[in-house]
Amino acid sequence: MLKVIDSAVPVACWSCAVAHNDATLFCPHCSKIQPPPGGDYFSVFGLVPHLDLDLSELEHEFHRLSRKLHPDRFARAAENEKQWSLADTALLNDAYRTLKEPIHRTEYLLKLHGAAISEEHSGKDRKDPSRVPADLLEEVFELNMQLEEMRTARKMGETDAELQASLEQAKRKFDGLMDEVDHDLRVQWKKWDEGDAGARAAAQKALVALLNRRRYLNNLVRDVTETLGA
Amino acid sequence: MAEGRVVGIDLGTTNSLVAYMQGEAPVVIPGVDGSNLVPSVVALDPMPAGGGRPTVTVGNSARKSLIETPERVIYSVKRLMGRGLEEVQSELKLFPFHLANDVEAGEVPRIQLGELRFTPSEISAYILRQLKRNAERFFGEPVTQAVITVPAYFNDAQRQATKDAGRMAGLDVLRLVNEPTAAALAYGLDRAKVGTIAVYDLGGGTFDISILKLRDGIFEVQSTNGDTHLGGDDIDNLLLAIALDEIHAEHGIDLRKHPSAVQGLRKDAIDAKIRLSTEAVARFDIELPNGDRYQREIPREVFEQLIEPVLERTAGPCKQALADAGLTPEQIDEVVLVGGSTRIPAVRKLVDDLFHLAARGKKPHIELNPDEVVALGAAVQADILAGSSKSTEEMLLLDVTPLSLGIEALGGTVARIIQRNSTIPASATEHFTTGVDGQTNVAIHVVQGERELAADCRSLARFDLKGIPPMSAGLPRIEVRFLIDADGILKVSAREQRSGQAARIEVKPTYGLTDEQVESMILDSFDHAEEDFAKRLLIEARNEAETILTAVERAPQSPAWQQLRGEEQAAITAARDRLAQIKQGEDAAAIRDATLALDQATRRFAELMMEAAVTTAIRGKTMEDAGEELGDAVTAPHPMAQAEFK
Repeated sequence: MLKVIDSAVPVACWSCAVAHNDATLFCPHCSKIQPPPGGDYFSVFGLVPHLDLDLSELEHEFHRLSRKLHPDRFARAAENEKQWSLADTALLNDAYRTLKEPIHRTEYLLKLHGAAISEEHSGKDRKDPSRVPADLLEEVFELNMQLEEMRTARKMGETDAELQASLEQAKRKFDGLMDEVDHDLRVQWKKWDEGDAGARAAAQKALVALLNRRRYLNNLVRDVTETLGA
Repeated sequence: MAEGRVVGIDLGTTNSLVAYMQGEAPVVIPGVDGSNLVPSVVALDPMPAGGGRPTVTVGNSARKSLIETPERVIYSVKRLMGRGLEEVQSELKLFPFHLANDVEAGEVPRIQLGELRFTPSEISAYILRQLKRNAERFFGEPVTQAVITVPAYFNDAQRQATKDAGRMAGLDVLRLVNEPTAAALAYGLDRAKVGTIAVYDLGGGTFDISILKLRDGIFEVQSTNGDTHLGGDDIDNLLLAIALDEIHAEHGIDLRKHPSAVQGLRKDAIDAKIRLSTEAVARFDIELPNGDRYQREIPREVFEQLIEPVLERTAGPCKQALADAGLTPEQIDEVVLVGGSTRIPAVRKLVDDLFHLAARGKKPHIELNPDEVVALGAAVQADILAGSSKSTEEMLLLDVTPLSLGIEALGGTVARIIQRNSTIPASATEHFTTGVDGQTNVAIHVVQGERELAADCRSLARFDLKGIPPMSAGLPRIEVRFLIDADGILKVSAREQRSGQAARIEVKPTYGLTDEQVESMILDSFDHAEEDFAKRLLIEARNEAETILTAVERAPQSPAWQQLRGEEQAAITAARDRLAQIKQGEDAAAIRDATLALDQATRRFAELMMEAAVTTAIRGKTMEDAGEELGDAVTAPHPMAQAEFK
């Protein structure tokens, strides 16, 4: 059953009435839980937006905040505190889920800075030649033919060891290319984190291109894995 | 404690239990019959002669009615919880229950039981009320708050139906906890561990696999998977089908037309299944209505071949859960086995293969009773929520949603907005707009599942965003927030951003009861009033006293009585007379103390009776003959315990 919840945001602490900025989970004055703060996912963890995160530190902070915010800690609290605990914990979980995963984190930060990140492509888009990275055009064409052949063979109940080996080799190659992209992403992270405005803009452009390439490769590898495993 | 206790409840397909935290350890609260397990069986007593509502019995006493009045008994109702009409219809093919004939599509299906109809939530509420009463009897005070466990793979509707059942039973359900996670809590309590564990939970009707990371008291679920239609029931049905088919073929009798015969046979099938966990062969030896005997041997190899397809269905979810957690089998440090079906050797072998345990010199954890471990974990979670104990204050459970949440997009595809295995509470915000000038309504269809098409997913709800200020097409910007709470249940809110108006939402759940319906189904219990509560305790105490007094009354006729020393006989007589006298009074606690005293005094006598019964049987008499001589004592370990249904 669905229920409607309310999420109004006061600025003064609901409990002690001392005003505080709305980017905090707990009142700095009386320590009571507050309604979900404004601000981005980074600020939930008290971080300035950056890309090269220390994941074990992030996890540690996630656990520390969970202990304080989780609805289990408010099972017998007043109704308003219960609701805020629920909303705050949802925010904390959403933030952690986004920031701990390198690609989601990069996409999120770039979107915060106004970059246009293309959404997940459907299968059809993948075959659209204009989306194929130029250096991969020939190989992708070849690969798509082989994938088609493999699926047909599977349907007929045939096995083609040569085709199988060739696809496995292609998968290794694309896996390798993914690793390269991941390495390049890391390089650009540092440039974004440490650079001045100009360097940032350049890094941002490079990151968007890398993310698109990575998504393309990822879909390709997934296709090959699925076809091989079918 | 000012706020009262929070108990942990395992509302199982086959058996249900209630447990609480006794100091630093969770313990199961036994029922009046001394048994920790309350069979999840609900029976409707005969219609009272003067009209009115027949009373409802639950547990062991209801099981007796399975053979006598099968049309008035229901079991395994958990399989029907939160399900739509079509699903219930296909489920019922395997069970002897019937839908009420006036059920309409879109309504919550009702089961016909004798003269009355019940929703699955109401049936579950009767089981919950029994557990609540067992706990109240145990504590001598009202119990109103509980944690209830559900299969991790339960969807939104199944969870909501469970919560509704709690409310109908007069319980404030503080949290729904996933069963495998609860088991992990029970195991994790006494050892502050760091590591990755997998919980394989094969119960009576559901299968779950959960993978958790333990660290500094935080139990963080990484992934979960399962099948809410897979369990010991399916194994019973396979054995049952063999027997029914062979009886039909060899003896020309179609027992399927005789519900009570099927129930008898089901019990034989379950017994055979249980025997095959420890023995190499089990036998069917059944007297048929025409006097013929159906005799059949089932060697363990045959049984294992038979159930292989059922067990194999647990492998896929395990592999998916590993993949979702990004782990290989070698990275799982420990595997915990939960659920009665994990006693089957073939299940243990499958788990060993899946997680490469023996190869790594490891064994699955079976130290805690697989029937009780979930209830024990629920008690731990109840203690965490009560927030009143040192032993659990460092513990916190971070669970996930088992299924992706999506909304139906153009062309019937699903746009996923919260991925499966997201830590809950989790939320997602989506923006909607209008397609036509002046449009004031937008319809949204929410689904749960992993399939690409909305039609293949589980429909959760359809709702209308209403009262959108009339604007040009595409101009309104309606923000809808989807939030999955800590129970795994969806909540939705919406607002139109340009006008700042909170859009009105009329949510129509695809399956489920409205608040008003739940309200009207609250069991007409007198649990709330203190006075009535005291009255009920007194009645229960007197009933218990009556049971033991009747048993003791017959004692001098038993040969075992002569084996007692004079002072033992005198002690029993004194305790008996004391109880008989106190029973007349109004003090429930005093009656229970006196009952306990008589119980203590007769303990050796009960042992002697058991020995006598065994000796009689060895002399060539059947247990049944011996039972007639000795009353209830043969099947009951002690006069206090009521006879178990055999």
